[in-house]
Amino acid sequence: MKMVAQPVLEVHNVVKTYGGVHALKKVSISLIPGEVHCLAGENGSGKSTLIKIISGVEKPDSGTITIGGKERSQLTPNEAIRSGVQVIYQDFSLFPNLTAAENIAMLSELADGRKLSSRKRIYADADQIVTELGLKIDLGADVGSLSVADRQLVAICRALVGEAKVLIMDEPTTALTHTEIDRLFTIVRRLQERGVAVMFVSHKLDEVLQISQHLTILRNGELVETGPSSDYTRRSIAKAMTGREVSEDRLLEPLDANAPLLLEVKNLTRSGDFTNIDLSLRRGEILGITGLLGSGRSEIAEAIFGIRPAESGEVIVAGQAHKIGSIRDAVKAGIGYVPEDRLTQGLFLDISIADNMVASSLDSYRTRFGLLDRVRIRKSIADLFKRLRIQAPNVTAFVRSLSGGNAQRVVLAKWLDRQPSILVLNGPTVGVDIGSKEEILAILREQAAAGMGIIIISDDIPELVSSCHRVLIVHEGRIASELVGDDIHTDEISKRLAA
Amino acid sequence: MKTALGRLRGANNEGLLVAVIVVVVVAMSIASPAFLTPGTFFALVRSSMVPLVFALGVMLIMISGGIDVSFPAIAIFAAYTTMRWSIDGNLDLGLVLVFVIAMVVGGLLGLFNGVVIARFRLPTLIVTLGTQTIYKGILLTYIGSLYISAGELPKSVTKLSDAHLWDVPGGGYLHSMVIPVVLVTVLIAWMLRWTVFGRSIYAIGGDEEAARRVGIRVVRTQVWLYTLVGALAAFGGMVFVILGKNANPQSIVGTELDIIAAVVLGGASIFGGRGSVVGTVLGVVLVQLINNNLVLVGIPSTWQRAAVGMLLLLGVTAQALGHVRSRKRPVIVKKEVEA
Repeated sequence: MKMVAQPVLEVHNVVKTYGGVHALKKVSISLIPGEVHCLAGENGSGKSTLIKIISGVEKPDSGTITIGGKERSQLTPNEAIRSGVQVIYQDFSLFPNLTAAENIAMLSELADGRKLSSRKRIYADADQIVTELGLKIDLGADVGSLSVADRQLVAICRALVGEAKVLIMDEPTTALTHTEIDRLFTIVRRLQERGVAVMFVSHKLDEVLQISQHLTILRNGELVETGPSSDYTRRSIAKAMTGREVSEDRLLEPLDANAPLLLEVKNLTRSGDFTNIDLSLRRGEILGITGLLGSGRSEIAEAIFGIRPAESGEVIVAGQAHKIGSIRDAVKAGIGYVPEDRLTQGLFLDISIADNMVASSLDSYRTRFGLLDRVRIRKSIADLFKRLRIQAPNVTAFVRSLSGGNAQRVVLAKWLDRQPSILVLNGPTVGVDIGSKEEILAILREQAAAGMGIIIISDDIPELVSSCHRVLIVHEGRIASELVGDDIHTDEISKRLAA
Repeated sequence: MKTALGRLRGANNEGLLVAVIVVVVVAMSIASPAFLTPGTFFALVRSSMVPLVFALGVMLIMISGGIDVSFPAIAIFAAYTTMRWSIDGNLDLGLVLVFVIAMVVGGLLGLFNGVVIARFRLPTLIVTLGTQTIYKGILLTYIGSLYISAGELPKSVTKLSDAHLWDVPGGGYLHSMVIPVVLVTVLIAWMLRWTVFGRSIYAIGGDEEAARRVGIRVVRTQVWLYTLVGALAAFGGMVFVILGKNANPQSIVGTELDIIAAVVLGGASIFGGRGSVVGTVLGVVLVQLINNNLVLVGIPSTWQRAAVGMLLLLGVTAQALGHVRSRKRPVIVKKEVEA
């Protein structure tokens, strides 16, 4: 006799509004034990709201949540946890000041309603789950001192230390490298064998197809499609998420063979980080630099921009040698840089879009008397706002209120306003949804076509394929290989990265 | 992995603090022969008792990610009110009841802090600055503004004021209030280390949102914490009254800086999530050492406040530097062997 698996969690017709805006409109979803269910959607599609409702952090306006066959009308975080729903948040929600062991076991201590805490029991509990999952974590170390990948493992262990029946993973792969993602997937499959229902939230389409059996797509708070993952392709998912066709072909104009050299880097070295880096960049060229995390790719970019200067080597910009010893030197040489963590390093969140745009170029708006030329500033701002198609009511809106893609555009605007001849971007589309990603890359291609030289440091292979003239692969601090033109395609890059 | 040196330094720079204290003691002994006597030592113990009780409260709040400046007002409010009531009612309630009443009063004032801070999620510094003035105003307006001298205080209280645990041969004495103070200190250390409530305080200080997500009842924990710290301040206030053998409604308020400086020097993080009882004890000892003995080594007393201010800045700077250091990414690339 064959049994149809009963869903362990059912969300039925859930509606949630924030101040009149519909975040979720009658969304239903059900999770089955031993199945990986992917929830896909762009930023702002309602994924996070749905997670908050399932985990009891937010209450729905209407609709029902049934966990383990029992309807929960007043779901609190504690009740959700007790009934076996665990969430691994994108930011992991760990305590950096406590040890890994304590982070892992804290939940069960609380869930058991204990009053006293025992270090011995905590270590035993933590050690058990770590061994069970076949992991290696330094349990005695403060979580704040662990690497991002290890922190994620701690978060996974914490979620599983109780009897988790439903595990929700919110964008679990954002901060991970390819090898770490593979390891994560192995763990997810192991959980699946244990009968855990996994809800995997992501907007990386490859991953969605690779790991899940079932797929649900949200757009603007509405459930647009749901079905077995095998029925979908990258293209059809992207279309469902954005509501329009998204192309991932190579979208570049071929580079003019006579374009002059903009940047030449020779023998750039900083011991422990990278050795003898030679690279060149021509006018209008987009150069991709990729490599595993820790390969030195970000360090090279940071050295070119003077954040952590190189120890030796030459940097030649437009035929002229420059000594890059600080960010100021790099800016003077005409180099711009968009940092990796755009939210904490690139923007003032509680200041308007307008002020952010001109923040780094105020010097150039000085009048003869040392005052700011407000008319000229206003003109540049209006121009950038239009050119970059930033979606906001107006330029006085706070950056905090923007979505990831729009915030990224403000960062770009800030650097475009300085009119650098060379722009270096580190992970330009990390954490950005498909629609915005396309637009950001389109803007970069436009800028290149207008004569800027662009370097993209990225992990995202489709992005390198669609928008780079040349790709350098960095391995252990050295440039291991180079791909040019039509040799740049997904399989080749993956192969060389793994080598 | 911890190096031997790292272990010696302690999780919150406790080892470093011990070294500083030793250096200060040695320097003062060289500068003044009057320093290294049992009398100085026991005076240091005596003068550290009240600040230590206050510092423990400040430390608890700091671990949870806040800062409390209302504790001196709560301390004197609770202690003075209890004394006033016993005198006006012409009762000698006995020591236990006196302490209980004072701590209930202190607990209620702390509860008010906690409710305002936790429910409305307001910045702790501003709230406690406000309540400090409110509590002091209520005390002076409605309870009394007159100095209560030793003669007026209940007999049970003054009797305790004169109770020496041990008269040291060669001058100096150990006051018997040292027993309850040590007990309270040990109790708080135990609570922080071995109770889920204690660990929750660290968790909230580490990341409040994460705490909420794992199911810690943040509001409830904070309200209890502020109530506890209010009661602790009241306890400190009573010890202060007993040691001073008088109750002056104008006293205590204004000593916040010394206490906060001691706690920060003791390694409690102004960013929340870190702090230890051992560190706090050491911090208090260091501040009292400087406060008591600068004159002894020939530095004018007018410099005392500046010295404490400098200590505070030193402590905060050390922390901020450590904070930056710990956030730096580790270099992952393996070093290549030069051919």
